Amino acid sequence: MLEIKVRLRQGDFLLDAELTADSGITVLFGRSGSGKTTLIDMLAGLRQPESGIIRMGDQVVFDSTARVNIAPERRAVGYVFQDARLFPHLNVRDNLAYGLKRARNRPQGYDLGEIVELLELGPLLNRRPRSLSGGEAQRVSIGRALLRQPEALLLDEPLSSLDVSSRAQLVPFIARIGATFGKPVVMVSHSIEEVVRLGDHMALMSEGRVIETGPVGEIMSRIDLGPLTGRHEAGAVIDAVVEGHDATYGLSRLSFGPDRSFQVPAVDLRVGEPLRIRVRSRDVGLSLTRPRDSSFLNVLPGRVHAIADEAVDSQVDVQLDVGVLMIARVTKKSCDAMGLVPGKEIFALVKSVAIDSRSLGRHGEKTETGQKFPA
Amino acid sequence: MTELFGPESMAVLGLSLRVALTAVAISLPFGILAAWALARWQFPGKLLLDGIIHIPLVLPPVVIGYGLLVLLGTQGVVGRWLGDVFGITLAFSWQGAALAAAVMAFPLLVRAVRLGFEAVDQRFELAARTLGASPVDVFFSVSVPLALPGIMTGILLAFARALGEFGATITFVSNIPGETRTLPLAIYSAINVPGGEARALSLVVIAVLISLGAVLLSEVLARRMRRRLDA
Repeated sequence: MLEIKVRLRQGDFLLDAELTADSGITVLFGRSGSGKTTLIDMLAGLRQPESGIIRMGDQVVFDSTARVNIAPERRAVGYVFQDARLFPHLNVRDNLAYGLKRARNRPQGYDLGEIVELLELGPLLNRRPRSLSGGEAQRVSIGRALLRQPEALLLDEPLSSLDVSSRAQLVPFIARIGATFGKPVVMVSHSIEEVVRLGDHMALMSEGRVIETGPVGEIMSRIDLGPLTGRHEAGAVIDAVVEGHDATYGLSRLSFGPDRSFQVPAVDLRVGEPLRIRVRSRDVGLSLTRPRDSSFLNVLPGRVHAIADEAVDSQVDVQLDVGVLMIARVTKKSCDAMGLVPGKEIFALVKSVAIDSRSLGRHGEKTETGQKFPA
Repeated sequence: MTELFGPESMAVLGLSLRVALTAVAISLPFGILAAWALARWQFPGKLLLDGIIHIPLVLPPVVIGYGLLVLLGTQGVVGRWLGDVFGITLAFSWQGAALAAAVMAFPLLVRAVRLGFEAVDQRFELAARTLGASPVDVFFSVSVPLALPGIMTGILLAFARALGEFGATITFVSNIPGETRTLPLAIYSAINVPGGEARALSLVVIAVLISLGAVLLSEVLARRMRRRLDA
């Protein structure tokens, strides 16, 4: 458990943020300059708030009224920097051991062997940091932070300095940590894909404030937060389970409720495995009657749940209840012509090809610990 | 002609090395501390400290030697106290020569080490703090190892300066054969004796060889370290 409630004024910028995080991955999401990194720097003690309180586990690490400000080295926090920051004069093994040697509390979390196994660092142990790829360095950096026996792990955009393929390689490792660590993981990100792929919870930051926090699916299906999650990429996030595969057409069927399913291009998962899909608002169309002769494979009956108050570029976001909440972006003209009002019965149309691998987040590891999908 | 590596030359060389190495050993801890303070801390009087450290570089060495004599000579304020309390006499001893050389070498040492520290990315130091290292721990486990190329350069410059020290030494501890007559003083003495040119030349050759060797060794070490640290 981690709690922060802080204020800091820096020139024109005012940070006034409040956040609690439990075990699992909480993604701190927002545009650059919204104060995400400042906030986790405060958690780590690298930056001092003007006022507020920070609690970590059962330790109060900062309290302006009680004049408590614990030094970074005495806060049990693991910090993974954007640039990995491995010590160039030490090999991988000594980098990993650096925090472990200095851990105050008796090791209760991961030990060196577990970290090496979990992050697959065995072949790297005797290498020098400069000979590692960006993704390998970041893996070592995560291991080093975890071996410090922290009460919380902070990741500052761990994927943003990597190329696409190393990013894809690192993601499962972070998911694995989120599932096994058992303590809060706070990850800063400005990519919706990372949120969908890795987040259990998300905290939406804008202009120095945490606007909203909650489970990823819940936040992403809100139409009032659309402008903050990014209009172009915005869309609902739905937790589903693989129901079956259609080898003839190369499709997979994903179920997200009784009689509720999607057909998407084949996914490489076994039947019964859970995964997360993001359905972008701009890929969802609406119809008042069930289309019988269209190319849409996914036709979901439901109702209009809410309609956004304001139109942006003559488009409005319509929140639908099709068993789960989903968002459709339609023109203001269609909205009026169809007479859409909350409660009206409609059919949501989603092109299968719109749900590509980039929109899929695998959460296979979650089931093993029973955190995400209780049996 | 005196043999190049005759016993007399070897004695002078041995004394010079002892004086120069002792000078480096004395000044190194203080030099590293001063360089660290100048590179990383903000404090009132920083400019003044910087100036004081650089005085030996800009004053005539004889003035420094005279200052040491007044301060640390047997009749000097500190010198008398050192003699009475600890029985230490610096004037006219090789230890005094080492001290004079250390003072003269200090600014060069500090300059190089300071550059070494300034080249260390402070983000590594912050990372070390988040991994549980106190500021002192960070200094020894991260900052010093990463500044080693600069520290090496500083050691070499200080050693070379100590080996060549003349003015402050001769003023403070005089020119006593076997005690304070280091290489430069021996060369100076040899030139002043009729027919001593050959002896002077052999000492000059030794001085050149030692200095060249030191430069090469330090360059090799510094290169190896930089290669290791290049992240």
